[in-house]
Amino acid sequence: MSGTASTYVPKSRVAKWFESRLPIVGLVHSSFIAYPVPRNLNYFWTFGAILAAFLGIQIITGVWLAMHYEPSATGAFNSVEKIMRDVNYGWLLRYAHANGASMFFVAVYVHMFRALYYGSYKAPREVLYILGVIIYLLMMATAFLGYTLPWGQMSFWGATVITNILAAIPVVGDTIQSLLWGGYSVGNPTVNRFFSLHYLLPWMIAGVVVLHVWALHVTGQNNPAGIPIKSGKDAVPFTPYATVKDVFATVVFMILFAWFLFFMPNYLGHADNYIQANPAVTPAHIVPEWYFLPFYAILRAVPDKLGGVILMFSAVIILAFAPWLDTSRIRSCNYRPIYRQFMWVFLGVCFVLGWLGSQPPEGGYVIASQICTAYYFAHFLLVMPLCGLFETPKPLPGSIVESVTGPGRQISGAGMPAGAAAAPQVKG
Amino acid sequence: MANTTAAPADASHDGSRRDFLFLATGAGLAVGAAAVAWPFVSSMAPDADVIAAGAPIEVDLTPIQDGQIVNVFWRGKLIFVRKLTSKEVTDMKGVPLSAMIEPAAFDSRVKNGHDQWLVVYGNCTHLGCVPIGHQGNFEGWACPCHGSQFDAVGRVRRGPAPINLPIPPYAFQTDTKIRIGEMGGKGEA
Repeated sequence: MSGTASTYVPKSRVAKWFESRLPIVGLVHSSFIAYPVPRNLNYFWTFGAILAAFLGIQIITGVWLAMHYEPSATGAFNSVEKIMRDVNYGWLLRYAHANGASMFFVAVYVHMFRALYYGSYKAPREVLYILGVIIYLLMMATAFLGYTLPWGQMSFWGATVITNILAAIPVVGDTIQSLLWGGYSVGNPTVNRFFSLHYLLPWMIAGVVVLHVWALHVTGQNNPAGIPIKSGKDAVPFTPYATVKDVFATVVFMILFAWFLFFMPNYLGHADNYIQANPAVTPAHIVPEWYFLPFYAILRAVPDKLGGVILMFSAVIILAFAPWLDTSRIRSCNYRPIYRQFMWVFLGVCFVLGWLGSQPPEGGYVIASQICTAYYFAHFLLVMPLCGLFETPKPLPGSIVESVTGPGRQISGAGMPAGAAAAPQVKG
Repeated sequence: MANTTAAPADASHDGSRRDFLFLATGAGLAVGAAAVAWPFVSSMAPDADVIAAGAPIEVDLTPIQDGQIVNVFWRGKLIFVRKLTSKEVTDMKGVPLSAMIEPAAFDSRVKNGHDQWLVVYGNCTHLGCVPIGHQGNFEGWACPCHGSQFDAVGRVRRGPAPINLPIPPYAFQTDTKIRIGEMGGKGEA
């Protein structure tokens, strides 16, 4: 966007007339056509496009579901069953929305691991990265609100547990809880306002996504080598190279989505949510959706209400401090032999935490949760700062081209024209 | 762009009038913003209908058997009414305060002269799940969500729940009838 000068030259008189009044075609051209992309990007870099696709899918299916859904304690459950049985293709819309949410989180977790592994959070991309953390927080809020709407047993008790978490906040907790409930417990006013907020937040996500993409186009993309674009040879134009790659990856990812959607649409859900909400009975095993499980394990790791809540929120917020906790000057783990090992251990610990979150909170599971929680925070507070100080990185390649071909070799074929070889990060 | 604006370098005005306007406008905006925000926040509080539906309820105790736990709802909140067995009463009176997370004497959990009757909110004080009756190691309740345990008079004996099950405001009308929602003219407990 603003970081790269547009090379778009309107040809027709109408286009010239329009461009001098609203240069939006030039904006799109410089952002998605001429925009220089590092030529060594791997498929991890396609998940931004996949996420954009899923934001679109969720908004469209959501708007259509809202045409049939009734946000009330008495009507919500029945209206969801009506969508499943009576509305033409209602089952498709609802299963696409429910499984789309899961796929959205699959993609965002890959995207986040990519950012951590290749050091995409480091200067000059701190703001870009923190906007990403904000999007993730908004996604979590949206997913939670949406999960309460079918008003099944898991919906109701999920809403109860999460709103009780907020009540742990000192001084104002009870007031916040009462304002969220609109009553003295989770009930009709709650589902009504949660529907309103569930409809609102995706548009806020879309707004922050615009800022995220804007910041991306100011600093330029990171890449597997973690070094900036130095010459036209290092870059290729966004269209057709990145466009085709992004679309191809999105289509492949859609196969995974379709597999869940058409063959196992309830696999990621809970059978208990097909029982209407009953405030007198809590389901025997209450667990959140899979994408919240690691944080749920952290919440339960400490036998103290406020302490657990603080730890859980810290586990997300600490992500935003990664740019300053990491002391290494090298971005990519490809050139960080020690830290790379720790990254994979960290990923393993996140998976184990997820599994622990699905287990009952007793005995060895609690102890294991405590160990993994301690390691999760140690990764950010000890491993990140210390690795940067003590690790000897491998030598960086001289350029992105060199990282692909080996040192001293020339590359033939397309690159960016020399004049257009914007190296936006050099400007900043 | 070609047109830029800059404050005129005209020193003949002293800035005090502009400063005053700036501060007065800013103060007016802040007060106005707060005044506009208030109705939005306040509208989210329990409305008149919800409050009216929270009127006191009466519970007839005659059908409740020894050891039985009955669920009732007041203000949408689950309330357990439990008739303690004489063994439970003896056991609960004998628990030393040091064995509790939030120490509370037996007498503070029941109404004077009604040792057999326990009335408590039925949501775990950790995150609000409904503990299951006659479960756990303390003759009381065990929460299926995060493992908290309560004894027969609703005192938390094992975390993560931080406090005992709260007692709603209630009073005995007769020996076999209670009224939940008011306590001799006083408000909520």
